[in-house]
Amino acid sequence: MNTRHVMIAAGGALALLALPAAQAEDGYAAPADWPPPMVKHPLGMVLVDRLEYALPDEGPQALVWDLQAWYGGDVNRVYLKSEGENVQGDGEDAEFESLELRYSRLIADFWELQGGLGYQGGVVSDDHAERGYGVVGLQGVMPYGIETDVALRLSDAGDLSASLEGEYDLHLTQRLSLQPRTEILLAASEVEEFGVGEGLNSVRLGLRLGYAVMRRVTPYLGAYWEKQYGDTADLSRADGDATEDSGLVAGVRLLL
Amino acid sequence: MPGSGVIHHPLTRRQILKGGAALGLGSAAALGVGPSWADPWGRSSVYAQGAEEGPEVALAIRQETLPIDGRSARPMTINGTSPGPLIRLREGQEAVLKVTNLLEEPTSIHWHGLILPPGMDGVPGVSFAGIAPGETFTYRFPVRQNGTYWYHSHSGLQEQLGHAGPLIIDAAKREPFRYDREHVLLLTDWTFEDPMTVFRNLKTAEGYYNDQERTVADFFADVREQGFAATAEMRSMWAKMRMSSRDIADVTGSTYSYLLNGHAPEENWTALFKAGERIRLRVINGSAMSYFDVRIPGLKMTVVAADGQPVQPVPVDEFRIAVAETYDVLVAPEDDTAYTIFAETMDRSGYARATLAPREGMSAPLPERRTIADRGMEAMGAHAMPGMDHGAMAGMEDSGAEGMAGMDHGAMAGMGDAGPQGMAGMDHGAMAGTGTAGAQGMPSMDHGTMAGMAGERRRLGANGLLAAGTAQPGSRYGQAGIGITPGERRTLVYGDLKAFTPWPDRREPERELELHLTGNMERYIWSFDGKTFSEMTGPLHFRHGERLRLVLVNDTMMEHPIHLHGMWMELENGHGALIPRKHTLNVKPGERVSALITADAEGSWAFHCHLLYHMKAGMFRVVQVS
Repeated sequence: MNTRHVMIAAGGALALLALPAAQAEDGYAAPADWPPPMVKHPLGMVLVDRLEYALPDEGPQALVWDLQAWYGGDVNRVYLKSEGENVQGDGEDAEFESLELRYSRLIADFWELQGGLGYQGGVVSDDHAERGYGVVGLQGVMPYGIETDVALRLSDAGDLSASLEGEYDLHLTQRLSLQPRTEILLAASEVEEFGVGEGLNSVRLGLRLGYAVMRRVTPYLGAYWEKQYGDTADLSRADGDATEDSGLVAGVRLLL
Repeated sequence: MPGSGVIHHPLTRRQILKGGAALGLGSAAALGVGPSWADPWGRSSVYAQGAEEGPEVALAIRQETLPIDGRSARPMTINGTSPGPLIRLREGQEAVLKVTNLLEEPTSIHWHGLILPPGMDGVPGVSFAGIAPGETFTYRFPVRQNGTYWYHSHSGLQEQLGHAGPLIIDAAKREPFRYDREHVLLLTDWTFEDPMTVFRNLKTAEGYYNDQERTVADFFADVREQGFAATAEMRSMWAKMRMSSRDIADVTGSTYSYLLNGHAPEENWTALFKAGERIRLRVINGSAMSYFDVRIPGLKMTVVAADGQPVQPVPVDEFRIAVAETYDVLVAPEDDTAYTIFAETMDRSGYARATLAPREGMSAPLPERRTIADRGMEAMGAHAMPGMDHGAMAGMEDSGAEGMAGMDHGAMAGMGDAGPQGMAGMDHGAMAGTGTAGAQGMPSMDHGTMAGMAGERRRLGANGLLAAGTAQPGSRYGQAGIGITPGERRTLVYGDLKAFTPWPDRREPERELELHLTGNMERYIWSFDGKTFSEMTGPLHFRHGERLRLVLVNDTMMEHPIHLHGMWMELENGHGALIPRKHTLNVKPGERVSALITADAEGSWAFHCHLLYHMKAGMFRVVQVS
């Protein structure tokens, strides 16, 4: 079922992407068999923003990923985004916290409005609870250069949730950079199965110190702190999990 | 490997005579024997890449493995060399240039700066269909001008692969200056990356090639020099705009080898002279993306031509050459010693270099390199002006922000003018007021310019347009641009350029066509009036025979060398009848530049930014004259 969602989203997004391909040519008098003087090619890129091993003080160690890929032109693009983790030693499969296919349109110099479909659940197995959802997002750069990704998600069971992410790059030298980041999760209704309570779910703050060994490869070390709030924290307590944790991460940022 | 694959023409009597003419009344000692390109003391030209003499020239385009900067490379070659051979034509000839495509993809050659029939201009899709693999295209056109020009591919990104070369046209009549010897200096930028990879890097990773971004250390250095408040205010302005004040060049020395006549700095290409000779240097910027600042420490250079057209002599220590421009300068070394020809890139990330010497194997010290400058407020143009108050402006100047040092009234007017949101309603009185208000805080402000503007205000024509030749408010023709410290040395500025003699069409403009140079740095989208070429639905129309004013307003934070094919652009820099004409106009960030055009060339012509990847990203239009 979830696979089907993704397929529909892919089809829709590709159809939208095809529209701008029929762009108007500069209609000067040129014979039909001449090539256009300027040809536009769609481009693509993959950014593995975080591929890291997390060593929390309380909870279990985990391999965490946060990546996005896009393909398209100046204005219309298709994004594939995913965040997830593989908790070590729990005998369970890795979990997609999100796997999304979004159509994206540039609506202002620094802002893209995005919409698509997503999946949450096990990567290959049914070890984890699964759900599909629709997503609407705004991705861009705020004044002062803060990279922002805001998303609103409505699950197939009608549950509404939101996420806010922000990142900033501070150049210490040409290669060494310090990157503070924050992630805030909110939900409109409780979904016990996914450990989601109503209201503010959690706040996570992180700081990564990266060194660009190559332009496309930046290994980093970092630390984070996270805290759950309200019903979400209650759900964790009931499961015997920590509601506040901090830890160290070691990972790599890749641009492909 | 000089001469490899070059077609050798025996030197004919006609060519010797031509050489004599090119020398003016120059020294007969400069008349050597043998092919002109091979003899370092040559007839009049010494050019490392070989020469092809017109009127009939055959050129074969290939992709070959050749060493560049000491490494194996795959440039596109023309008759076996990259950059290609020197093509030498003569004014009054009927040129016949046969170009054979031995590549596996279509190609073309555009004769940059030449006035010729539209079908011979060499832009695929605008002038002709292009040259298919295995085909030969014969360009035929009457040569109706003289001077220093160049040629290059207008297909895809081929120009980046060294598909370019110098094109010199000897004058039919004596030129207004004399010299004993000449050297062609062709500046190019070479990368071992695939040009399409460079383009993809620019499109997908902003600042990919910038290894000179501001760091925390720069912030503290500025605080020490300018105080915390001024530094914080300046940095905050840039941060709010989400732009980098170090965005001087998109592609830098981190991937480029800067070449002079095809040679890297270490290879020290040498141009020979004899002490006491007067030497003409024909400097061509055939780069894809790089502006250069050219100087020869120890020698004064006299600029005698710009874009192939003679200008009143201007003695300078240094000149900035935008991409696709050409300048002819005369130098007269008195001493039997070596001089370094130093061409530093505008972003200071690298340099090209050659040596001017009486003998082979000599060299002179390299001058100290300058460090990258931060763009100042003049670059902000439309972005920062609406909310800016005079206090802030004065405060920044007091704090001695580097980019502000040379700010003149033109710059201020530029910011006002380029800010349509906030300043559209500003009248001339208010503008003068701005100047006065700013004057207290701006000791280096050029009052002469202001007075000049006041005078020009009264010179509105009957149709309400500024009189022909008048500098637009918002032009900065008194400034060389970013990274040049005013007063450090005498640097050529656009305001120095005066035609040697008035050009024939002295009509007032009948209308104005204003185009904004626009872009989105984050996405690497470059455009005119906010629309890329593929978003356009029609060409720009010039009425055949009309005299029009083209106003270029740079809303971006980068320089753009704007090139019009097929017709001259007469740069309105305030010199009245001595309006200089150019084929490529550099428009600085936030600047407003205007040119008069006589639309006498019926047909379709390309019009674009000559930064190769800006053109590729959409900064391209077709001009239709009908």
